[in-house]
Amino acid sequence: MQVSVTINGQQQTADVEPRLLLVDFIRDQLRLTGTHVGCDTSSCGACTVLLDGEPVKSCTMLAVQADGRELMTVEGLARGAELHPVQVGFHEEHGLQCGFCTPGMMLVAKALLERNADPTEEEIRWAISGNICRCTGYVNIVKSVRHAARLQAERAAAPVAPVAAAVSGGES
Amino acid sequence: MSVEAKPHGGIGESIKRKEDGRFLVGRGNYLDDVSLPGMLHMAILRSPHAHARIRSIDAAAASVVPGVVAVVTGELMAQHNLAWMPTLSGDTQAVLATDKVRFQGQEVAAVVAETKYAAEDAVGLIQVDYDVLPAVTSPQQASEPGAALIRDEKEGQKDNHIYHWEAGDRAATDTAFARAHRVVRLTTHYPRSHPAPLETCGIVADVNPATGKATLYMTSQAPHAIRTVFALVAGLPEHQIRVIAPDIGGGFGNKVPVYPGYVVATAASLLLGRPVKWVEDRNENLISTGFARDFHMTGELALDSEGRMLALRVHLDSDNGAFFADAQPSKFKAGLFHIVTGSYDTPAAHVTADGFYTNKAPGGVAYRCSFRVTEASYLIERLVTNAAIEMGMDQAEMRLKNFIPASAFPYRSATGWEYDSGDYASAMNLALEKVAYSELRREQAERRARGELMGIGLASFTEVVGAGHGKDFDILGLRMFDSAELRVHPTGKAVLKLGVKTQGQGHETTFAQIVAEELGIPAADVEVQHGDTDNTPYGLGTYASRSTPVAGAATAVVSRKLRDKARALAAHLLEASEEDLEWERGRFFVRGSPDRAKTIQDCAFAAYTNLPDGMEAGLEGVSYYDPPNMTFPFGTYAVVVDVDKGTGVVKVRKVVAVDDCGVRINPMIVEGQIHGGLTEGFGIAFTELITFDGDGNCIGSNFMDYLLPTSWETPRFECFETVTPSPHHPLGAKGVGESATVGSPAAYVNAVMDALAPYGITNIDMPVTSDKVWAALRSRGVTE
Repeated sequence: MQVSVTINGQQQTADVEPRLLLVDFIRDQLRLTGTHVGCDTSSCGACTVLLDGEPVKSCTMLAVQADGRELMTVEGLARGAELHPVQVGFHEEHGLQCGFCTPGMMLVAKALLERNADPTEEEIRWAISGNICRCTGYVNIVKSVRHAARLQAERAAAPVAPVAAAVSGGES
Repeated sequence: MSVEAKPHGGIGESIKRKEDGRFLVGRGNYLDDVSLPGMLHMAILRSPHAHARIRSIDAAAASVVPGVVAVVTGELMAQHNLAWMPTLSGDTQAVLATDKVRFQGQEVAAVVAETKYAAEDAVGLIQVDYDVLPAVTSPQQASEPGAALIRDEKEGQKDNHIYHWEAGDRAATDTAFARAHRVVRLTTHYPRSHPAPLETCGIVADVNPATGKATLYMTSQAPHAIRTVFALVAGLPEHQIRVIAPDIGGGFGNKVPVYPGYVVATAASLLLGRPVKWVEDRNENLISTGFARDFHMTGELALDSEGRMLALRVHLDSDNGAFFADAQPSKFKAGLFHIVTGSYDTPAAHVTADGFYTNKAPGGVAYRCSFRVTEASYLIERLVTNAAIEMGMDQAEMRLKNFIPASAFPYRSATGWEYDSGDYASAMNLALEKVAYSELRREQAERRARGELMGIGLASFTEVVGAGHGKDFDILGLRMFDSAELRVHPTGKAVLKLGVKTQGQGHETTFAQIVAEELGIPAADVEVQHGDTDNTPYGLGTYASRSTPVAGAATAVVSRKLRDKARALAAHLLEASEEDLEWERGRFFVRGSPDRAKTIQDCAFAAYTNLPDGMEAGLEGVSYYDPPNMTFPFGTYAVVVDVDKGTGVVKVRKVVAVDDCGVRINPMIVEGQIHGGLTEGFGIAFTELITFDGDGNCIGSNFMDYLLPTSWETPRFECFETVTPSPHHPLGAKGVGESATVGSPAAYVNAVMDALAPYGITNIDMPVTSDKVWAALRSRGVTE
């Protein structure tokens, strides 16, 4: 079957088996490997992507169900060299360790911040409760999302403020 | 120039992680992201039965599925002498079953195909005719007369017993028990759990038919040791094997062993001349790869009338599954369990352990702990709390009374350990202060008067981490040293290559900070490489909190070696004598003339451009570090819970963690490790369980049954520190990655036991679920 999606702003069309999972379409056919598979039962959220702006678990969706719709994966978060506030937040607050859950976590956080620009800890914990992290214990992920909310508000107030081009690492 | 003008990234600085960049933009390179030209995909057929004889395997239908290239059976593996492989504990394990299956989920056959969908389709079409045998699912069953013999293929194996192991002094312990005022006894099962890293295990095996070189991309915490094991298993020349562990999505011990899938995929690549990828799914991960714990323990504590410990006696039965494949030092059959006297000055102790085969998955790994330290710490901390409750003493006071005093280090324990350093009372007192212990006890008394259940749990753990030294600690004879190789380029930028391998712990930052501290090159200018055996010095790998104690020490030592050479170069450049030079981080200057100075970058450039006569060019070196002793991190965790009488639901209200891991290299990363361990400890205490029904069917085989803590139920953590450096580590560091998984389960469970103490309830086996709490309360007549 033919499937046509807009992913990270780019139109992609491909012939796929009807049974092809969306995550396999994204990872194996489109070679966007930032989306991960952790459990196959939609329990862990490592495969979370945004479908028309809403988080979905791409391991339990078929690629053909995404036909004609808009997808965003972790690769689409940054705008060119400018990192999304959520990416900055995770770096600044040590919100990631092994990094495997991070793409899904960040996409859920982005969706949360779009509907709630200033979420409480409770609201953040509820929003990310479908995504498992084995490394961080969530404390720093919550801080990361709060950090992102503040940064997003700052950027909205001063939209031309320059932002570090990339995470260089090693700085204080 | 001033090297302090910008952040240097030395020891004690919470610099942000160097490795974050690629993960934040989806450019990590995990095993399943590896894709090679012509790569085939492998899927494994697993046994649905816990114990059954294989009558026949019919792969005809599977072979003709479009896209299928090969079906691999045990018979084919046997033709290449690969149907069985050695385990890390000196036993053998079936790669693909030829005679019997011995646990549910055991590898029976594999399909190699052009796509993973085709491979999975074909696996479903392989017909296996089984003759089902009775399943043995516990050590108790395993040791019953007439129990089914699981390892009937092993010559001389007449029953299901694997090993008997002892530590300590039986006679001295018996004598102490004979004069005890009171003996407190606890029998508990530390249940089977699973490390369940979010990324499952896998391999891309690429045996090049033209050169014979085997490049094995593998989710491995110990790539060098695995390379040697592969050379021994497969008979491949070791220089023709390159193991590459790419980015690893969490390990927690699960990625230490060699699994059958790795061997089959490698054999398939060798036979087919094409790369073969195998990535297990979550179900396969939970039912077949390295589980953890499964110790049935009875501990007895002998006390005098003042509550002082006189002796500790422990017996445990270990459920090792169908093959003895524990990943642990060869000499210690029950791991390092004999650290069981913990933080307490116990004059006598005796430990006996027996291991048993059962029809369950093999491969006892240390789920985020140093070889069974978790089980030991849990038992002693539970015993101490129960002893205090039985004697009507305060639980903190009981601990303070029995701690090894700070003045007694180095301390020789009754089971033979030499503890390097400790100050247990300071850590405990800080925890009591931070949790507001006295107020909590007052609040508890008030609540009890109102009929409400509230509990305060303490655990004052001591770990033993950082194996070796190599004389006593080895795996399959490989001594447990570790290594670091440091190369400084002419422009003063450096590459550090490690024998250990991160799974998320932040090695690329922490180890750069050690170089920054010791050699003065800013951490940002040090690239840390690891995980590729062709590109790094030999090491035993990352597990058992050994990276900082061992490879961290190696990094400090090699940095100092290079600093010595840089000193000679600086003397040459400054036309001064080496003795007249002073070092401050990043530069040498002439004593009394701080302006006459050369930076480490100047020295590096000179090493390639302007050498004194007779000096070898270059600024690089390697260190293989064999630690003189283990390190002994410690701390006190305090947990406050409220228990609902009507439902048995336990709500964790507060968690205070005081950790002492010696000198902290990157405090931010250290605290992150503690958060993670407290969460996994919470999971072990309350939710995570791999169990089996009477037929040996695994329950807990997916994330809908094996419950990992989510953000919703995971408590908030408050972390604090004391610092007692290790006297023998070059940096005073001790290792911290596992402290919280080791220490916290007892703190959580002790809090529940404290809440239930008025009803005389002394034990609930983990996971402490609401139904068990509810049943315990009901058994004591408590209703609403």
